[in-house]
Amino acid sequence: MNYLVKIAGAAALAAAFAATAVSAQTIRMGTEGAYPPYNFINDQGEVDGYERELGDEICKRAGLECTWVTNEWDSIIPNLVSGNYDTIIAGMSITDERDQVIDFTQEYFPPDPSAYVALTGASVDIKSGVISAQTATIQAAYVAESGATVVEFATPEETVAAVRSGEADAVLADFAYLKPLVDASNGELEIIDQSVMIGGGVGMGVRESDNELRDKMDAAIASMKADGTISKLIAKWFDGRVVNY
Amino acid sequence: MFEYCADPKTLEGLAWWSCYLTNGKHMGFYFSFVVVLSLLVMTVPIIMVLAFAGALSRRSSFLPLRWFGTLYTSMVRGVPDIIFFLFALIALDQGIEYLRHVTLCPDWTEPIRQGNDFRVCPDAKMPLGNSPQWVHEFYGFFLAMVGFGVVFGAFAANTLYGALAAVPHAQLETGVAFGMSPRQIFRRIHLPQMWVYALPGLSNLWMILIKATPLLFLLGVEDIVYWARELGGTKTAIFQYPHSDWRLGYFLFLLVFYLFLTWVSEIVFARITSRVSRGQSTLGGTV
Repeated sequence: MNYLVKIAGAAALAAAFAATAVSAQTIRMGTEGAYPPYNFINDQGEVDGYERELGDEICKRAGLECTWVTNEWDSIIPNLVSGNYDTIIAGMSITDERDQVIDFTQEYFPPDPSAYVALTGASVDIKSGVISAQTATIQAAYVAESGATVVEFATPEETVAAVRSGEADAVLADFAYLKPLVDASNGELEIIDQSVMIGGGVGMGVRESDNELRDKMDAAIASMKADGTISKLIAKWFDGRVVNY
Repeated sequence: MFEYCADPKTLEGLAWWSCYLTNGKHMGFYFSFVVVLSLLVMTVPIIMVLAFAGALSRRSSFLPLRWFGTLYTSMVRGVPDIIFFLFALIALDQGIEYLRHVTLCPDWTEPIRQGNDFRVCPDAKMPLGNSPQWVHEFYGFFLAMVGFGVVFGAFAANTLYGALAAVPHAQLETGVAFGMSPRQIFRRIHLPQMWVYALPGLSNLWMILIKATPLLFLLGVEDIVYWARELGGTKTAIFQYPHSDWRLGYFLFLLVFYLFLTWVSEIVFARITSRVSRGQSTLGGTV
């Protein structure tokens, strides 16, 4: 985007201030953009991934116009409730704790086991070692309860980098996120435990007062489950994984 | 960007780099430099206006105005920047939306606060929900300008207040002896002599302002550091240009950039200082 255009936008902004009539409403889809293959910023600088494709199709079926915005994981729920965007579609597991603050649609990705990843050959005791996890995730809460020492990071990238640098003995994160990283590490990293079942499925978060939007999204997800679209998308983005809804 | 970039997997060496460094994501990275630099430049006038308002009201003979000046400089300086950005600007944003809600949607009956949710009618959204993304970004940019302006204005007000008090009293008395009005004394003697005392403090603030720009991300403006972290992160085969963790390289580049910016600022400040010291009865003015 040309910068001058943005400057010129000041005038448009003033106009927006005065505008009273709103045409068809645009739904702003909030995501993190740092959690491949769920969501990431592709090489063109746009939001991409399983949730991008899924979200666009959901909006199409629900007859909604959607745009994508990114927000740090840390403040993704506060910015939803204060109205900066209308949905969270960011690989967020449905948990009771979150459900008290926001509402969820039905799941569009089944409960995914979390995995511990460590340097190859390192003997790690996951019950007493130092484990890295992303802040405000189900994994961070799980590690804290398991008796191990948890070190938290703002982005998923940093949690893995901490293992590489030796700051943490192992990282706990979603299996689907860690698998491609382990595969690409040329044997540097290995999965030591991939059967940690925590959290429910992944759903789309909406404000608690937004029942109408939630119902529309819910119906679209149900129809995509029924005709196999979701299963196809999961197979495409998650290395041929088979999920039958 | 280039035509041969269509299939990056087949590229090697220089060709790969030329494509990698010009892909859409890097363009966003380069553009963020323009955003940050223009934010710095555009915020300075706001800072100086607020600084003069704060400093002069603290010197005012009118008591409530003096209270206001003292309140502004001490309160804002006492609050950590990050809290100011998270709280004051979100409050400002919601305040604007609330006012728009009251004026634009008088028929709306649902409460604005529903549990955790802050809900205004769609017409009152700021910016409107259906405005394009760049309007949202511009609004974030605007909020950032206000935020930096208010915070750094308070610090600069204190600097100017001290500098105004540092000008030797005899200089002002000379003005009186020449029969100048208070306004003339301020404009011709007090203000020109004040800069020498203010500049070291102001140059400090400028440096701190440069370093504070990563706070922009809190307001949804994608700043330089955000992009460096995003670009440097490990890229698996799902990306067109896979690579390992290159954050160190990107951050080194930022280090060089920020040092360069500091160096240029130092030169500019040295020039201004020698200019305003000319003929002054200070150590700097005698050489």
